[in-house]
Amino acid sequence: MAINYIFPEYEVVRAEKRCISCRVCERQCANEVHHLNLAENRMEADESKCVNCHRCVSLCPTRALKIVRTDNTFKHNANWTGEIIADIFRQAATGGVLLSSMGNPQPLPVYWDRLLINASQVTNPSIDPLREPMETKTFLGKKPYALARDKSGRLLNNLEPQLELDVPVMFSAMSYGSISYNAHESLARAACALGVYYNTGEGGLHEDFYQYGAHTIVQVASGRFGVYKRYLDAGAAIEIKMGQGAKPGIGGHLPGTKIVGDISRTRMIPEGSDAISPAPHHDIYSIEDLRQLVYSLKEATEYKKPVIVKIAAVHNVAAIASGIARSGADIIAIDGFRGGTGAAPTRIRDNVGIPIELALASVDERLRREGIRNNVSVVIGGSVRNSADIVKALALGADAVYIGTSALIALGCHLCRTCHAGKCNWGIATQRAELVKRLNPDIGFERLVRLVSAWKHEIMEMMGGMGINSIEALKGNRLMLRGVGLNEKELEILGVKHAGE
Amino acid sequence: MKRIYVNEKWCLGCHLCEYYCAFANSGQDDMAKALKDVVIHPRIRIEEQDNISFAVNCRHCEEPLCVKGCISGALSVQDGLILIDPDKCVSCYTCVLSCPYGAIMPSEAGAIQKCELCTKNGRGQPACVEGCPNMAIVFEER
Ligand code: SF4
Ligand code: SF4
Ligand code: SF4
Ligand code: SF4
Repeated sequence: MAINYIFPEYEVVRAEKRCISCRVCERQCANEVHHLNLAENRMEADESKCVNCHRCVSLCPTRALKIVRTDNTFKHNANWTGEIIADIFRQAATGGVLLSSMGNPQPLPVYWDRLLINASQVTNPSIDPLREPMETKTFLGKKPYALARDKSGRLLNNLEPQLELDVPVMFSAMSYGSISYNAHESLARAACALGVYYNTGEGGLHEDFYQYGAHTIVQVASGRFGVYKRYLDAGAAIEIKMGQGAKPGIGGHLPGTKIVGDISRTRMIPEGSDAISPAPHHDIYSIEDLRQLVYSLKEATEYKKPVIVKIAAVHNVAAIASGIARSGADIIAIDGFRGGTGAAPTRIRDNVGIPIELALASVDERLRREGIRNNVSVVIGGSVRNSADIVKALALGADAVYIGTSALIALGCHLCRTCHAGKCNWGIATQRAELVKRLNPDIGFERLVRLVSAWKHEIMEMMGGMGINSIEALKGNRLMLRGVGLNEKELEILGVKHAGE
Repeated sequence: MKRIYVNEKWCLGCHLCEYYCAFANSGQDDMAKALKDVVIHPRIRIEEQDNISFAVNCRHCEEPLCVKGCISGALSVQDGLILIDPDKCVSCYTCVLSCPYGAIMPSEAGAIQKCELCTKNGRGQPACVEGCPNMAIVFEER
């Protein structure tokens, strides 16, 4: 095509005085942006290929590089923004559905940032977590409504299977295929070290990772990839994936070109065949159908493992959650509209679903009102960015959170949002051997452990400040939250008062 | 003794170790100034072919052939470390030929150069190991 409508979004700025022509940037950019002009011994860049992943920026030994947004501009227009115009150019050229990765980047409200946490002053003492006991352990699963005793009055254990978490944080579902072997190994080893769980996602469990089974949640999704008896037995819990926050209502499609070697073996589908996850589970059209799958899985694993049902946060999420809480599931996982993905149609990612904060508040409220809150634990995900988000989520009623994007960022992800291109320069969302090896799991797992340990300290500090010494006492404690800049309706749904009230 | 060991599985072939080595032994305090428009002569070298690469520098052998071969007594072993005294070196390059790893090379300053684990350049810790982004080289006791 003679006319190139798309102007490169980024510029590679090289401080010529600092560049020593070491070619590290050239060797590290899988997008082939940099090259050495041998004649002049000068580095040059083709910025049209740059996705702004910062691999070169981070590895340049002399800090000679930075990536900036181009200031090439369209005539200013608050309605027809540059991005909207460029998307039209793209689709006019390709006729295709726009694809993107990671979570919704649009400037929609982030309710976490509109919620503030309480602290003790004068009338109730705060607690110093360094000197006084503070419990961050929590259990996920059904809780009994009454004590049971045998004939002689001794307590019976009537507890259903539980997941025991040392910190209320788990790594959310990311399949082997969407992320690399080394990323999975990092997550699995970190989950073991932290006393929490990671989630296989829908791609099955690689043979090498069965050893981490006690800290693994195995997922059963609509494609049923890699699901068989040993897989179900391997995990500590089983998750039925009904939906994903980044793309509610649609399935997934991993092209046949990516179904090679270990991926094909782990997914248990022939090499080169497309891995298609249908939008619905074709055996689930009602809560009754869901109940059948929940109990099939329980039956298959002798009622020893909790079953999680994961849904995307959509408009009538509270009613759906109420149904799930009656389906026999032990845990409901809700994924908000900012949840990440390895590939999703852009328009769906950016426009479908609702914020997790509102979904969580309404689900917790509905289950309480119906007297079935103890039927299930509630785990939320979809852009939990730091320890404060976790404290707020717990206070809104969550039992624990799932983190996906934060975990990948800890592994080096710079949110360039081009996972779908399969050329992740950080060795995370790629299957190319020379890129995968860039993520050494010995380093990756330690970074994850440090991140979650740091968050644990911060959670304890915040709880101590409120005079609360256990996660259990924080759960659903909405009095510990106040809203700022929220309207009456938002406060009503969140079930919190406005700051100053 | 702590030595530098190679985990070739994790080597990216980025060559950063070579540049950190060249900088560490340049005697300068600004990497850009030290290495701009300079052809580097690091004491660590990346061997690479296809998708395999690994770093090679002095192994500080228990029975060093270079020391045995040195005709002028310029190479010596001190606490396991193999050191070069450039004042004694007569540039015969016997060591260059006898090192099975190719870890000794002629130096621009005359004499030969080799890795002395950053003990004599004021760094204290091996700069190559500190600069490796993927723990493909490690400095440890084994
Ligand atoms: S990595 Fe930095 S110093 Fe090396 S060639 Fe690239 S810009 Fe220059
Ligand atoms: S794609 Fe990444 S590595 Fe390549 S030039 Fe852009 S920021 Fe650097
Ligand atoms: S710095 Fe590390 S990864 Fe890079 S070439 Fe040297 S040994 Fe290999
Ligand atoms: S230890 Fe120091 S001198 Fe030896 S190869 Fe590494 S950087 Fe160079």
